[in-house]
Amino acid sequence: MARRNAAWKRLLAKILLYLVMTILAVCMGVPFLWMLSTSLKTPGETFVYPPVWIPHPPQWSNYADAWQKANFGHYFFNSVFITVTTVAGQLLTSSLAAFSFARLHYKGRDALFLAYLGTMMIPGQVVMIPNFILMRYFGWVNTYQALIVPAIFTAYGTFMLRQFMLSIPTELDEAATIDGCNKLQVYWNVILPLSKAALATLGVFSFIGAWNNFQWPLIVTNDPSMFTLPIGLSSFNSEHASNYSLMMAGTVICVSPILALYCAAQNYFVEGIALSGIKG
Amino acid sequence: MEKQRRARERKKVLVGLAFLLPNFIGFLIFTLLPVISSLALSFFGWDLINPPQFAGFSNFAELFRNDPLFWKVMGNTALYTVMTVPGTLVMALILALLVNQKLRGRIVYRFIYFLPVVTSSVAVALVWNWMYNPDFGLVNSFLSLFGIPQVNWLTDPNTAMFAISLVSIWSGAGYNMVLYLAGLQDIPQQLYEACELDGAGAFQKFFSVTLPLLTPTTFFVLVMSLIGSFQVFDLVYMMTGGGPNNATRTIVSYIYDNAFRFFKMGYASAMAWVLFVIIFLLTLLQFRMQKRWVEYYE
Repeated sequence: MARRNAAWKRLLAKILLYLVMTILAVCMGVPFLWMLSTSLKTPGETFVYPPVWIPHPPQWSNYADAWQKANFGHYFFNSVFITVTTVAGQLLTSSLAAFSFARLHYKGRDALFLAYLGTMMIPGQVVMIPNFILMRYFGWVNTYQALIVPAIFTAYGTFMLRQFMLSIPTELDEAATIDGCNKLQVYWNVILPLSKAALATLGVFSFIGAWNNFQWPLIVTNDPSMFTLPIGLSSFNSEHASNYSLMMAGTVICVSPILALYCAAQNYFVEGIALSGIKG
Repeated sequence: MEKQRRARERKKVLVGLAFLLPNFIGFLIFTLLPVISSLALSFFGWDLINPPQFAGFSNFAELFRNDPLFWKVMGNTALYTVMTVPGTLVMALILALLVNQKLRGRIVYRFIYFLPVVTSSVAVALVWNWMYNPDFGLVNSFLSLFGIPQVNWLTDPNTAMFAISLVSIWSGAGYNMVLYLAGLQDIPQQLYEACELDGAGAFQKFFSVTLPLLTPTTFFVLVMSLIGSFQVFDLVYMMTGGGPNNATRTIVSYIYDNAFRFFKMGYASAMAWVLFVIIFLLTLLQFRMQKRWVEYYE
Protein backbone atom coordinates (compact mmCIF):
# COMPACT_ATOMS: atom_id res chain seq x y z
CA MET A 1 0.00 0.00 0.00
CA ALA A 2 2.76 2.43 1.00
CA ARG A 3 4.73 1.53 -2.08
CA ARG A 4 1.74 2.07 -4.33
CA ASN A 5 1.17 5.39 -2.66
CA ALA A 6 4.76 6.43 -3.34
CA ALA A 7 4.43 5.38 -6.97
CA TRP A 8 1.31 7.51 -7.32
CA LYS A 9 3.08 10.43 -5.74
CA ARG A 10 5.96 10.10 -8.17
CA LEU A 11 3.60 9.95 -11.13
CA LEU A 12 1.72 12.98 -9.90
CA ALA A 13 4.96 14.90 -9.45
CA LYS A 14 6.00 13.93 -12.96
CA ILE A 15 2.72 15.11 -14.45
CA LEU A 16 3.01 18.36 -12.54
CA LEU A 17 6.57 18.88 -13.78
CA TYR A 18 5.55 18.28 -17.39
CA LEU A 19 2.64 20.66 -16.93
CA VAL A 20 4.83 23.47 -15.62
CA MET A 21 7.47 22.81 -18.27
CA THR A 22 4.87 22.89 -21.00
CA ILE A 23 3.24 26.09 -19.79
CA LEU A 24 6.66 27.75 -19.76
CA ALA A 25 7.48 26.32 -23.18
CA VAL A 26 4.24 27.82 -24.48
CA CYS A 27 5.22 31.20 -22.98
CA MET A 28 8.62 31.02 -24.64
CA GLY A 29 7.37 29.58 -27.93
CA VAL A 30 4.13 31.46 -28.57
CA PRO A 31 5.78 34.61 -29.97
CA PHE A 32 7.48 32.43 -32.60
CA LEU A 33 4.22 30.71 -33.54
CA TRP A 34 2.44 34.06 -33.58
CA MET A 35 5.13 35.40 -35.93
CA LEU A 36 4.69 32.39 -38.25
CA SER A 37 0.91 32.56 -38.14
CA THR A 38 0.82 36.30 -38.85
CA SER A 39 3.29 35.94 -41.70
CA LEU A 40 0.74 33.78 -43.55
CA LYS A 41 -2.26 36.05 -43.10
CA THR A 42 -3.87 38.59 -45.38
CA PRO A 43 -3.58 42.14 -44.04
CA GLY A 44 -7.29 41.96 -43.26
CA GLU A 45 -6.90 38.78 -41.22
CA THR A 46 -4.33 40.43 -38.95
CA PHE A 47 -6.97 42.93 -37.86
CA VAL A 48 -9.49 40.46 -36.56
CA TYR A 49 -10.52 40.25 -32.94
CA PRO A 50 -10.22 37.79 -31.29
CA PRO A 51 -7.08 36.75 -33.23
CA VAL A 52 -7.17 33.76 -35.56
CA TRP A 53 -4.33 31.26 -35.30
CA ILE A 54 -4.65 29.35 -38.57
CA PRO A 55 -4.74 31.63 -41.60
CA HIS A 56 -7.14 30.51 -44.26
CA PRO A 57 -5.85 30.09 -46.88
CA PRO A 58 -2.17 30.64 -45.94
CA GLN A 59 -0.73 33.56 -47.88
CA TRP A 60 2.64 32.20 -49.01
CA SER A 61 2.87 35.16 -51.32
CA ASN A 62 3.72 37.37 -48.31
CA TYR A 63 7.18 35.83 -48.39
CA ALA A 64 7.67 36.54 -52.08
CA ASP A 65 6.40 40.06 -51.42
CA ALA A 66 8.75 40.70 -48.52
CA TRP A 67 11.63 39.22 -50.50
CA GLN A 68 10.88 41.62 -53.35
CA LYS A 69 10.38 44.73 -51.26
CA ALA A 70 13.65 44.45 -49.39
CA ASN A 71 16.92 43.04 -50.56
CA PHE A 72 17.02 40.25 -47.96
CA GLY A 73 19.21 38.09 -50.19
CA HIS A 74 21.87 40.75 -50.16
CA TYR A 75 21.48 41.41 -46.42
CA PHE A 76 21.88 37.69 -45.87
CA PHE A 77 25.07 37.63 -47.93
CA ASN A 78 26.41 40.61 -45.95
CA SER A 79 25.56 38.97 -42.64
CA VAL A 80 27.21 35.68 -43.62
CA PHE A 81 30.31 37.36 -45.00
CA ILE A 82 30.75 39.67 -42.02
CA THR A 83 30.03 36.98 -39.45
CA VAL A 84 32.34 34.36 -40.97
CA THR A 85 35.27 36.74 -41.36
CA THR A 86 34.73 38.18 -37.88
CA VAL A 87 34.62 34.76 -36.24
CA ALA A 88 37.65 33.50 -38.17
CA GLY A 89 39.57 36.67 -37.36
CA GLN A 90 38.68 36.50 -33.68
CA LEU A 91 39.69 32.85 -33.40
CA LEU A 92 43.02 33.46 -35.12
CA THR A 93 44.14 36.67 -33.40
CA SER A 94 42.91 35.78 -29.94
CA SER A 95 44.34 32.25 -30.00
CA LEU A 96 47.73 33.65 -31.03
CA ALA A 97 47.60 36.23 -28.25
CA ALA A 98 46.30 33.68 -25.74
CA PHE A 99 49.20 31.38 -26.65
CA SER A 100 51.59 34.21 -25.99
CA PHE A 101 49.99 34.99 -22.62
CA ALA A 102 49.62 31.39 -21.48
CA ARG A 103 52.61 29.53 -22.90
CA LEU A 104 55.46 31.98 -23.45
CA HIS A 105 57.52 33.61 -20.74
CA TYR A 106 58.90 37.06 -21.29
CA LYS A 107 59.35 40.35 -19.54
CA GLY A 108 56.32 42.63 -19.56
CA ARG A 109 53.89 39.86 -20.37
CA ASP A 110 51.83 40.16 -17.22
CA ALA A 111 51.63 43.93 -17.44
CA LEU A 112 50.25 43.62 -20.96
CA PHE A 113 47.76 41.02 -19.86
CA LEU A 114 46.62 43.30 -17.08
CA ALA A 115 45.93 46.02 -19.65
CA TYR A 116 43.74 43.55 -21.54
CA LEU A 117 41.89 42.56 -18.40
CA GLY A 118 41.42 46.15 -17.33
CA THR A 119 39.62 47.10 -20.52
CA MET A 120 37.18 44.21 -20.36
CA MET A 121 34.94 46.02 -17.91
CA ILE A 122 34.67 49.15 -20.03
CA PRO A 123 31.26 49.28 -21.67
CA GLY A 124 31.20 49.29 -25.46
CA GLN A 125 29.59 52.71 -25.50
CA VAL A 126 32.80 54.30 -24.25
CA VAL A 127 34.82 53.18 -27.27
CA MET A 128 31.92 53.39 -29.71
CA ILE A 129 32.15 57.14 -30.27
CA PRO A 130 35.93 57.37 -30.87
CA ASN A 131 35.70 54.28 -33.07
CA PHE A 132 32.99 55.90 -35.17
CA ILE A 133 35.17 59.00 -35.52
CA LEU A 134 38.08 56.75 -36.50
CA MET A 135 35.95 55.03 -39.15
CA ARG A 136 35.04 58.42 -40.60
CA TYR A 137 38.68 59.44 -40.57
CA PHE A 138 39.66 56.23 -42.40
CA GLY A 139 36.79 56.76 -44.86
CA TRP A 140 35.38 53.40 -43.77
CA VAL A 141 31.77 54.41 -43.15
CA ASN A 142 29.57 52.10 -45.24
CA THR A 143 32.31 49.57 -45.89
CA TYR A 144 32.85 45.95 -44.92
CA GLN A 145 36.06 46.95 -43.17
CA ALA A 146 34.13 49.05 -40.68
CA LEU A 147 31.83 46.15 -39.91
CA ILE A 148 34.60 43.55 -39.64
CA VAL A 149 37.97 44.97 -38.62
CA PRO A 150 37.18 46.55 -35.21
CA ALA A 151 35.25 43.43 -34.24
CA ILE A 152 38.12 41.03 -34.88
CA PHE A 153 40.14 41.99 -31.82
CA THR A 154 38.59 40.75 -28.64
CA ALA A 155 40.07 41.05 -25.19
CA TYR A 156 37.34 38.76 -23.89
CA GLY A 157 38.17 35.98 -26.36
CA THR A 158 41.86 36.31 -25.58
CA PHE A 159 41.17 36.07 -21.87
CA MET A 160 38.91 33.02 -22.27
CA LEU A 161 41.36 31.11 -24.47
CA ARG A 162 44.27 32.01 -22.18
CA GLN A 163 42.42 30.58 -19.18
CA PHE A 164 41.80 27.39 -21.10
CA MET A 165 45.36 27.09 -22.41
CA LEU A 166 46.75 27.46 -18.89
CA SER A 167 45.11 24.13 -18.07
CA ILE A 168 47.08 22.24 -20.74
CA PRO A 169 50.16 20.53 -19.20
CA THR A 170 53.44 22.28 -20.06
CA GLU A 171 55.21 18.93 -20.59
CA LEU A 172 53.54 18.77 -23.98
CA ASP A 173 55.24 21.98 -25.14
CA GLU A 174 58.56 20.79 -23.78
CA ALA A 175 58.28 17.42 -25.51
CA ALA A 176 57.42 19.11 -28.79
CA THR A 177 60.33 21.53 -28.40
CA ILE A 178 62.72 18.62 -27.81
CA ASP A 179 61.35 17.05 -30.97
CA GLY A 180 62.50 20.17 -32.79
CA CYS A 181 59.29 22.16 -33.02
CA ASN A 182 59.56 25.92 -32.99
CA LYS A 183 56.99 28.01 -31.11
CA LEU A 184 54.76 28.43 -34.14
CA GLN A 185 54.66 24.65 -34.58
CA VAL A 186 53.91 24.15 -30.89
CA TYR A 187 51.03 26.59 -31.26
CA TRP A 188 49.66 25.02 -34.41
CA ASN A 189 50.31 21.31 -33.79
CA VAL A 190 50.01 20.98 -30.02
CA ILE A 191 48.05 23.76 -28.37
CA LEU A 192 45.41 24.54 -30.99
CA PRO A 193 44.21 20.94 -31.39
CA LEU A 194 43.96 20.61 -27.60
CA SER A 195 41.98 23.85 -27.32
CA LYS A 196 39.21 22.75 -29.67
CA ALA A 197 36.51 22.91 -26.98
CA ALA A 198 37.41 26.45 -25.98
CA LEU A 199 37.73 27.52 -29.61
CA ALA A 200 34.27 26.11 -30.31
CA THR A 201 32.87 28.05 -27.36
CA LEU A 202 34.44 31.29 -28.49
CA GLY A 203 33.30 30.52 -32.03
CA VAL A 204 29.68 30.10 -30.98
CA PHE A 205 29.82 33.23 -28.87
CA SER A 206 31.29 35.44 -31.49
CA PHE A 207 29.00 33.92 -34.11
CA ILE A 208 25.84 34.84 -32.20
CA GLY A 209 27.31 38.21 -31.31
CA ALA A 210 28.36 39.12 -34.84
CA TRP A 211 25.23 37.76 -36.48
CA ASN A 212 22.85 39.66 -34.22
CA ASN A 213 24.95 42.77 -33.70
CA PHE A 214 22.79 45.84 -34.07
CA GLN A 215 24.28 48.95 -32.51
CA TRP A 216 27.58 49.11 -34.37
CA PRO A 217 26.19 48.42 -37.88
CA LEU A 218 23.46 50.95 -37.13
CA ILE A 219 26.13 53.57 -36.53
CA VAL A 220 28.52 52.84 -39.39
CA THR A 221 26.09 52.04 -42.21
CA ASN A 222 23.31 53.96 -43.89
CA ASP A 223 23.71 52.60 -47.40
CA PRO A 224 21.29 49.67 -47.92
CA SER A 225 23.93 47.76 -49.89
CA MET A 226 25.91 47.43 -46.63
CA PHE A 227 22.99 46.43 -44.40
CA THR A 228 23.16 43.24 -42.38
CA LEU A 229 19.97 41.27 -41.68
CA PRO A 230 19.11 43.05 -38.38
CA ILE A 231 19.65 46.50 -39.89
CA GLY A 232 17.81 45.52 -43.06
CA LEU A 233 14.91 44.24 -41.00
CA SER A 234 14.85 47.40 -38.94
CA SER A 235 14.72 49.59 -42.06
CA PHE A 236 12.09 47.27 -43.61
CA ASN A 237 10.07 47.90 -40.47
CA SER A 238 10.29 51.66 -40.79
CA GLU A 239 8.80 51.40 -44.29
CA HIS A 240 6.08 48.82 -43.71
CA ALA A 241 5.39 49.03 -39.97
CA SER A 242 1.62 48.91 -40.31
CA ASN A 243 1.56 45.91 -42.63
CA TYR A 244 1.97 43.26 -39.95
CA SER A 245 1.71 40.17 -42.15
CA LEU A 246 4.41 41.49 -44.48
CA MET A 247 6.57 42.52 -41.50
CA MET A 248 6.31 39.11 -39.91
CA ALA A 249 7.15 37.40 -43.22
CA GLY A 250 10.29 39.56 -43.35
CA THR A 251 11.08 38.70 -39.75
CA VAL A 252 10.74 34.98 -40.44
CA ILE A 253 13.09 35.34 -43.42
CA CYS A 254 15.61 37.10 -41.19
CA VAL A 255 15.59 34.71 -38.26
CA SER A 256 15.33 31.41 -40.12
CA PRO A 257 19.02 31.02 -41.07
CA ILE A 258 20.22 31.23 -37.47
CA LEU A 259 17.29 29.19 -36.16
CA ALA A 260 18.12 26.48 -38.72
CA LEU A 261 21.73 26.52 -37.60
CA TYR A 262 20.64 26.34 -33.98
CA CYS A 263 18.41 23.34 -34.72
CA ALA A 264 21.31 21.58 -36.40
CA ALA A 265 23.87 22.32 -33.68
CA GLN A 266 21.86 22.78 -30.48
CA ASN A 267 24.52 21.22 -28.31
CA TYR A 268 27.30 23.44 -29.58
CA PHE A 269 25.25 26.53 -28.78
CA VAL A 270 24.04 25.44 -25.37
CA GLU A 271 27.19 23.76 -24.12
CA GLY A 272 29.40 26.47 -25.53
CA ILE A 273 27.76 28.94 -23.21
CA ALA A 274 27.78 26.57 -20.26
CA LEU A 275 31.55 26.25 -20.56
CA SER A 276 32.21 29.96 -20.80
CA GLY A 277 30.35 30.85 -17.64
CA ILE A 278 32.37 28.67 -15.36
CA LYS A 279 35.78 28.83 -16.95
CA GLY A 280 35.55 32.58 -17.50
CA MET B 1 77.85 34.75 -20.69
CA GLU B 2 75.86 37.81 -19.62
CA LYS B 3 75.61 38.90 -23.25
CA GLN B 4 74.27 35.53 -24.31
CA ARG B 5 71.70 35.53 -21.54
CA ARG B 6 70.51 38.96 -22.57
CA ALA B 7 70.28 37.96 -26.21
CA ARG B 8 68.21 34.94 -25.22
CA GLU B 9 66.00 37.13 -23.09
CA ARG B 10 65.50 39.58 -25.94
CA LYS B 11 64.64 36.78 -28.32
CA LYS B 12 62.03 35.52 -25.88
CA VAL B 13 60.41 38.94 -25.70
CA LEU B 14 60.43 39.21 -29.48
CA VAL B 15 58.81 35.80 -29.96
CA GLY B 16 56.21 36.56 -27.32
CA LEU B 17 55.35 39.90 -28.85
CA ALA B 18 55.23 38.41 -32.33
CA PHE B 19 52.41 36.12 -31.25
CA LEU B 20 50.70 38.95 -29.47
CA LEU B 21 51.12 41.49 -32.24
CA PRO B 22 48.15 40.76 -34.55
CA ASN B 23 45.76 41.06 -31.62
CA PHE B 24 47.63 43.82 -29.88
CA ILE B 25 47.62 46.20 -32.85
CA GLY B 26 43.85 45.91 -33.03
CA PHE B 27 43.54 46.17 -29.27
CA LEU B 28 45.63 49.33 -29.34
CA ILE B 29 43.75 50.97 -32.22
CA PHE B 30 40.19 49.93 -31.42
CA THR B 31 40.19 49.66 -27.63
CA LEU B 32 43.08 51.28 -25.80
CA LEU B 33 43.37 54.50 -27.81
CA PRO B 34 39.58 54.94 -28.05
CA VAL B 35 39.28 54.62 -24.28
CA ILE B 36 41.85 57.35 -23.80
CA SER B 37 40.45 59.57 -26.54
CA SER B 38 36.94 59.08 -25.21
CA LEU B 39 38.06 60.36 -21.84
CA ALA B 40 39.78 63.29 -23.53
CA LEU B 41 36.72 63.93 -25.71
CA SER B 42 34.53 64.23 -22.65
CA PHE B 43 36.33 67.48 -21.85
CA PHE B 44 35.64 68.92 -25.30
CA GLY B 45 32.67 70.13 -27.25
CA TRP B 46 32.63 68.74 -30.77
CA ASP B 47 29.94 68.53 -33.44
CA LEU B 48 32.20 66.72 -36.02
CA ILE B 49 32.09 69.79 -38.30
CA ASN B 50 33.80 72.61 -36.41
CA PRO B 51 37.11 72.03 -34.67
CA PRO B 52 36.79 70.60 -31.13
CA GLN B 53 36.56 73.21 -28.37
CA PHE B 54 38.08 72.59 -24.98
CA ALA B 55 35.27 72.73 -22.45
CA GLY B 56 36.84 71.74 -19.15
CA PHE B 57 34.34 70.10 -16.87
CA SER B 58 31.39 71.86 -18.47
CA ASN B 59 30.04 68.67 -20.10
CA PHE B 60 29.85 67.01 -16.72
CA ALA B 61 28.46 70.15 -15.08
CA GLU B 62 25.78 70.39 -17.74
CA LEU B 63 24.98 66.72 -17.31
CA PHE B 64 24.52 66.81 -13.56
CA ARG B 65 23.14 70.32 -13.11
CA ASN B 66 21.23 71.40 -16.20
CA ASP B 67 20.00 68.28 -17.93
CA PRO B 68 16.86 66.94 -16.24
CA LEU B 69 16.57 64.32 -18.98
CA PHE B 70 19.87 62.83 -17.84
CA TRP B 71 18.45 62.16 -14.37
CA LYS B 72 15.31 60.84 -15.99
CA VAL B 73 17.23 58.31 -18.13
CA MET B 74 19.28 57.28 -15.11
CA GLY B 75 16.09 56.62 -13.20
CA ASN B 76 14.63 54.73 -16.15
CA THR B 77 17.71 52.56 -16.43
CA ALA B 78 17.63 51.83 -12.72
CA LEU B 79 13.94 50.94 -12.92
CA TYR B 80 14.59 48.67 -15.90
CA THR B 81 17.42 46.98 -14.01
CA VAL B 82 15.36 46.48 -10.87
CA MET B 83 12.65 44.74 -12.89
CA THR B 84 14.79 42.84 -15.35
CA VAL B 85 17.69 41.46 -13.36
CA PRO B 86 15.76 39.70 -10.56
CA GLY B 87 13.14 38.56 -13.06
CA THR B 88 15.74 37.04 -15.32
CA LEU B 89 17.55 35.37 -12.43
CA VAL B 90 14.44 33.76 -10.99
CA MET B 91 13.12 32.70 -14.38
CA ALA B 92 16.49 31.27 -15.41
CA LEU B 93 16.76 29.32 -12.17
CA ILE B 94 13.26 27.87 -12.55
CA LEU B 95 13.93 26.83 -16.14
CA ALA B 96 17.26 25.26 -15.18
CA LEU B 97 15.74 23.31 -12.28
CA LEU B 98 13.03 21.96 -14.57
CA VAL B 99 15.33 21.01 -17.43
CA ASN B 100 17.74 19.41 -14.95
CA GLN B 101 15.13 16.79 -13.95
CA LYS B 102 15.79 13.42 -15.51
CA LEU B 103 12.68 13.52 -17.64
CA ARG B 104 12.16 12.28 -21.16
CA GLY B 105 12.02 15.11 -23.69
CA ARG B 106 13.94 17.59 -21.60
CA ILE B 107 16.22 18.34 -24.55
CA VAL B 108 13.16 19.54 -26.45
CA TYR B 109 12.20 21.85 -23.60
CA ARG B 110 15.75 23.12 -23.28
CA PHE B 111 15.71 23.76 -27.03
CA ILE B 112 12.55 25.88 -26.77
CA TYR B 113 13.69 27.83 -23.69
CA PHE B 114 16.93 28.74 -25.41
CA LEU B 115 15.31 29.72 -28.72
CA PRO B 116 14.99 33.47 -27.95
CA VAL B 117 18.72 33.67 -27.14
CA VAL B 118 19.80 33.05 -30.74
CA THR B 119 17.11 35.33 -32.18
CA SER B 120 18.25 38.82 -33.10
CA SER B 121 17.00 41.58 -30.85
CA VAL B 122 15.45 43.37 -33.81
CA ALA B 123 13.30 40.36 -34.66
CA VAL B 124 12.40 39.92 -30.98
CA ALA B 125 11.35 43.56 -30.77
CA LEU B 126 9.23 43.44 -33.91
CA VAL B 127 7.39 40.29 -32.88
CA TRP B 128 6.71 41.71 -29.43
CA ASN B 129 5.60 45.06 -30.83
CA TRP B 130 2.94 43.08 -32.63
CA MET B 131 2.20 40.96 -29.57
CA TYR B 132 1.66 44.16 -27.57
CA ASN B 133 -0.61 45.75 -30.19
CA PRO B 134 -3.46 47.16 -28.06
CA ASP B 135 -6.30 46.26 -30.46
CA PHE B 136 -5.28 43.04 -32.17
CA GLY B 137 -2.26 41.84 -30.19
CA LEU B 138 -2.05 38.49 -28.50
CA VAL B 139 -1.23 39.84 -25.04
CA ASN B 140 -4.39 41.89 -24.65
CA SER B 141 -6.53 39.23 -26.22
CA PHE B 142 -5.17 36.71 -23.71
CA LEU B 143 -5.70 39.07 -20.77
CA SER B 144 -9.26 39.79 -21.86
CA LEU B 145 -10.02 36.14 -21.07
CA PHE B 146 -9.59 37.15 -17.44
CA GLY B 147 -11.64 40.28 -17.88
CA ILE B 148 -8.63 42.59 -17.87
CA PRO B 149 -9.40 45.68 -19.94
CA GLN B 150 -7.25 46.83 -22.85
CA VAL B 151 -3.73 47.99 -21.93
CA ASN B 152 -1.73 50.28 -24.23
CA TRP B 153 1.50 48.52 -23.34
CA LEU B 154 4.04 50.53 -25.28
CA THR B 155 2.28 53.89 -25.51
CA ASP B 156 1.33 54.25 -21.85
CA PRO B 157 4.23 55.74 -19.85
CA ASN B 158 3.20 53.66 -16.85
CA THR B 159 3.52 50.29 -18.59
CA ALA B 160 6.07 50.85 -21.38
CA MET B 161 9.19 50.12 -19.35
CA PHE B 162 7.58 47.13 -17.73
CA ALA B 163 6.62 45.79 -21.15
CA ILE B 164 10.19 46.12 -22.43
CA SER B 165 11.56 44.56 -19.28
CA LEU B 166 9.26 41.57 -19.74
CA VAL B 167 10.60 41.03 -23.26
CA SER B 168 14.11 41.27 -21.88
CA ILE B 169 13.41 38.57 -19.34
CA TRP B 170 11.80 36.44 -22.03
CA SER B 171 14.82 36.71 -24.28
CA GLY B 172 17.54 36.50 -21.65
CA ALA B 173 16.28 33.73 -19.37
CA GLY B 174 17.44 30.90 -21.65
CA TYR B 175 21.01 32.13 -21.68
CA ASN B 176 21.25 32.25 -17.90
CA MET B 177 19.38 28.95 -17.64
CA VAL B 178 22.35 27.32 -19.35
CA LEU B 179 24.74 28.86 -16.84
CA TYR B 180 22.57 27.61 -13.98
CA LEU B 181 22.40 24.16 -15.57
CA ALA B 182 26.18 23.98 -15.56
CA GLY B 183 26.13 25.03 -11.91
CA LEU B 184 23.52 22.41 -11.03
CA GLN B 185 25.51 19.68 -12.66
CA ASP B 186 28.53 20.57 -10.54
CA ILE B 187 26.69 19.91 -7.27
CA PRO B 188 27.96 16.59 -5.86
CA GLN B 189 25.18 14.01 -5.77
CA GLN B 190 26.31 12.75 -2.34
CA LEU B 191 25.10 15.92 -0.71
CA TYR B 192 21.56 15.18 -1.81
CA GLU B 193 21.87 11.59 -0.64
CA ALA B 194 23.12 12.74 2.76
CA CYS B 195 20.18 15.08 2.94
CA GLU B 196 17.76 12.30 2.10
CA LEU B 197 19.20 10.16 4.88
CA ASP B 198 18.37 12.98 7.25
CA GLY B 199 14.81 12.75 5.99
CA ALA B 200 14.80 16.03 4.12
CA GLY B 201 12.03 16.73 1.63
CA ALA B 202 12.38 18.30 -1.78
CA PHE B 203 12.01 21.84 -0.44
CA GLN B 204 14.56 21.36 2.29
CA LYS B 205 17.01 19.88 -0.22
CA PHE B 206 16.51 22.88 -2.44
CA PHE B 207 17.07 25.43 0.31
CA SER B 208 19.89 23.68 2.16
CA VAL B 209 21.85 22.23 -0.76
CA THR B 210 20.88 23.52 -4.19
CA LEU B 211 20.49 27.21 -3.49
CA PRO B 212 23.65 27.64 -1.35
CA LEU B 213 25.77 25.64 -3.76
CA LEU B 214 24.47 27.66 -6.67
CA THR B 215 25.52 30.98 -5.12
CA PRO B 216 28.76 31.18 -7.15
CA THR B 217 26.69 30.82 -10.34
CA THR B 218 24.15 33.31 -9.06
CA PHE B 219 26.97 35.72 -8.34
CA PHE B 220 28.37 35.37 -11.85
CA VAL B 221 24.92 35.71 -13.44
CA LEU B 222 24.10 38.71 -11.27
CA VAL B 223 27.30 40.56 -12.13
CA MET B 224 26.95 39.90 -15.84
CA SER B 225 23.24 40.72 -16.08
CA LEU B 226 23.65 43.93 -14.13
CA ILE B 227 26.36 45.07 -16.53
CA GLY B 228 24.20 44.07 -19.51
CA SER B 229 21.11 45.68 -18.11
CA PHE B 230 22.79 49.07 -17.75
CA GLN B 231 23.66 48.87 -21.45
CA VAL B 232 20.18 48.09 -22.77
CA PHE B 233 19.65 49.68 -26.16
CA ASP B 234 18.35 47.47 -28.98
CA LEU B 235 14.92 46.75 -27.51
CA VAL B 236 14.34 50.36 -26.50
CA TYR B 237 15.42 51.62 -29.90
CA MET B 238 13.17 49.18 -31.76
CA MET B 239 10.12 49.07 -29.51
CA THR B 240 9.53 52.60 -28.25
CA GLY B 241 12.38 54.74 -29.51
CA GLY B 242 12.65 56.01 -25.93
CA GLY B 243 9.03 57.17 -25.77
CA PRO B 244 6.32 57.74 -24.69
CA ASN B 245 7.41 61.06 -23.25
CA ASN B 246 10.93 59.66 -22.52
CA ALA B 247 9.48 57.02 -20.21
CA THR B 248 11.73 54.31 -21.69
CA ARG B 249 14.78 56.32 -22.69
CA THR B 250 17.80 54.66 -21.07
CA ILE B 251 21.37 55.83 -20.56
CA VAL B 252 22.67 54.14 -23.68
CA SER B 253 19.83 55.30 -25.91
CA TYR B 254 20.46 58.81 -24.62
CA ILE B 255 24.17 58.44 -25.40
CA TYR B 256 23.24 57.24 -28.87
CA ASP B 257 20.89 60.18 -29.43
CA ASN B 258 23.45 62.72 -28.30
CA ALA B 259 26.28 61.27 -30.35
CA PHE B 260 24.57 60.19 -33.55
CA ARG B 261 21.49 62.37 -33.81
CA PHE B 262 22.53 65.63 -32.16
CA PHE B 263 26.26 65.12 -32.92
CA LYS B 264 27.33 66.22 -29.45
CA MET B 265 30.35 63.94 -29.35
CA GLY B 266 31.92 65.42 -26.23
CA TYR B 267 28.71 65.43 -24.26
CA ALA B 268 27.93 61.84 -25.26
CA SER B 269 31.45 60.75 -24.30
CA ALA B 270 31.07 62.35 -20.89
CA MET B 271 27.87 60.39 -20.44
CA ALA B 272 29.54 57.17 -21.54
CA TRP B 273 32.16 57.73 -18.85
CA VAL B 274 29.53 58.30 -16.21
CA LEU B 275 27.99 54.99 -17.31
CA PHE B 276 31.39 53.32 -17.04
CA VAL B 277 31.91 54.65 -13.52
CA ILE B 278 28.46 53.45 -12.45
CA ILE B 279 29.04 49.98 -13.85
CA PHE B 280 32.50 49.86 -12.30
CA LEU B 281 31.24 50.88 -8.85
CA LEU B 282 28.33 48.45 -8.97
CA THR B 283 30.60 45.60 -9.98
CA LEU B 284 33.08 46.53 -7.27
CA LEU B 285 30.29 46.67 -4.73
CA GLN B 286 29.12 43.21 -5.72
CA PHE B 287 32.61 41.78 -5.37
CA ARG B 288 32.84 43.38 -1.92
CA MET B 289 29.48 41.96 -0.90
CA GLN B 290 30.14 38.52 -2.26
CA LYS B 291 31.80 37.29 0.96
CA ARG B 292 28.52 37.82 2.76
CA TRP B 293 26.45 35.45 0.69
CA VAL B 294 28.46 33.48 -1.87
CA GLU B 295 29.48 30.06 -0.60
CA TYR B 296 32.39 28.45 -2.34
CA TYR B 297 32.23 24.70 -1.90
CA GLU B 298 35.49 22.76 -1.53
